[in-house]
Amino acid sequence: MHSTWVIFRRELASYFTTPLAYVFIVIFLAMAGALTFFVGNFFDRGQADLLPFFNYHPWLYLVLIPALAMRLWAEERKSGTIELFLTLPVSIGSAVFGKFLAAWAFAAIALALTFPFWITVNVLGQPDNGVILASYIGSLLMAGAFLSIGAALSALTKNQVIAFVVTAAACFIFTVSGSPIVLGFLTPWAPTALINVVASLSFLTHFNAIMRGVIEVPDAVFFVSVIALFLYANAVIVELKKAD
Amino acid sequence: MAKMVEVRDLTRRFGAILAVDRVSFSVGRGEVLGFLGPNGAGKSTTMKMITGFLAPTEGTAVVCGADIVADPIAAKRRIGYLPEGAPAYPDMTPRSFLRFIAAVRGYAGDEAKRRIDLAVARTALASVMEQPIETLSKGFKRRVGLAQALLHDPDVLILDEPTDGLDPNQKHEVRTLIRALAPEKAIVISTHLLEEVDAVCSRAIVIAAGRLLADATPVELAARSRLHNAVRVSLAAGHDEAETALRRLPGVAAVERIDEAGDRALLVLPRGGQAIVGEVTDLVRTAGWAVRGLSVERGRLDEVFRTITA
Repeated sequence: MHSTWVIFRRELASYFTTPLAYVFIVIFLAMAGALTFFVGNFFDRGQADLLPFFNYHPWLYLVLIPALAMRLWAEERKSGTIELFLTLPVSIGSAVFGKFLAAWAFAAIALALTFPFWITVNVLGQPDNGVILASYIGSLLMAGAFLSIGAALSALTKNQVIAFVVTAAACFIFTVSGSPIVLGFLTPWAPTALINVVASLSFLTHFNAIMRGVIEVPDAVFFVSVIALFLYANAVIVELKKAD
Repeated sequence: MAKMVEVRDLTRRFGAILAVDRVSFSVGRGEVLGFLGPNGAGKSTTMKMITGFLAPTEGTAVVCGADIVADPIAAKRRIGYLPEGAPAYPDMTPRSFLRFIAAVRGYAGDEAKRRIDLAVARTALASVMEQPIETLSKGFKRRVGLAQALLHDPDVLILDEPTDGLDPNQKHEVRTLIRALAPEKAIVISTHLLEEVDAVCSRAIVIAAGRLLADATPVELAARSRLHNAVRVSLAAGHDEAETALRRLPGVAAVERIDEAGDRALLVLPRGGQAIVGEVTDLVRTAGWAVRGLSVERGRLDEVFRTITA
């Protein structure tokens, strides 16, 4: 527990010692704003809610979260610091969990900095702040799921660009697995059971359910399970690949 | 002598390649073990297994009573490890890096500060504490790696090529540091510099192609040399005549001519490594040659190394 905390602190600080943190936050906020106001027609809809804002989170994350996750393990392997890191008296579990939590906390900071949207909508009308809170929690859970996938895939390679591209592709598949893009490919031949399983893996479906304002247990459990599964995979991949 | 590191039948396979093949040895307190071998011999792989980075395919290493396979965290607490190339987080400063290492090793507050200060003093890092590690010279980076390994005052130090890439002054400093630490600790250093074995090691093991080929003191290793107890005679003149006379001595196996940049001499090789310096000096005196120099060879490690690992 103590070593998870120490690793968490170092990793989180390392985001801020490079320009990555600032570039990420600025671009995240700028894109969130542009999508909400121009593409999402926030004003023209005439409704006091943040749906146009949250609607675009899966797509924003698809591009930006892999950039947060790609360095987690690939950089350690590339620079050889993984040998130093994993010969310190820390368990592989706390190493994986500490790194993941740091990236997730960073995503939470970026998300928290979108508070002006919340203020704006509260100034303009009377939104249901319960729905907004649920959406924020859902968005954070979804970011965590994306990050856990990215962290695991980052341990597969020494090359951060490869980690980025593979993570973005994997996240895309998870995001749209409930949509015709994936299901249309499966329907002609796959059994219904498989189609249902694939459809139920869709981040979009689960996130949309949460955005309606109720954090249903299955949706929250879904994201937490994805995180747990990929953190476990992360530890296995690190063990297998660390010496390559 | 208490055994601090005990390596038992350590074996590592990478697919079809047998990188380390049943290597066993032990290191006690006060010993500095030199780990010798050509590049790719399995030195680093062995060290990675002892320090718990790589899981052995077979066998294990026991560090201060803790088995690295069964109880890796307890074993890692007792080890200070400098991996090959002294990796450290490039965007951190030595201060933040050492603080991180201290925190991971469970030190906080004044205790952490005291340990960092001591490690910094031992490795003479004080002048670069606030610079990002990526901007430091190779010598300083190596010292950051050493400071990190020394921070918790471990009983066992495993140093993979600690002086590689350093200039002669820096090499001397690191060796002085290793010698100063030696009485309290069990130290393993890998190197392919044989002068380093002479300079700091109390024992040396040689591995090649993953197998342990020799385990002896540097003096014993040097004694295996063809040149052990050979006598080098340099004369003002008359090398031809002297060569013939020296060859007739009973203890002499062969006489070789040396011509190093105009500095001519005779190298008298003994039969079976016996001491022949008495015979040679007697002959020199009776023959009345004008001697410019006469020295006894202890034996050359590099030559032994080549013979063993070829």
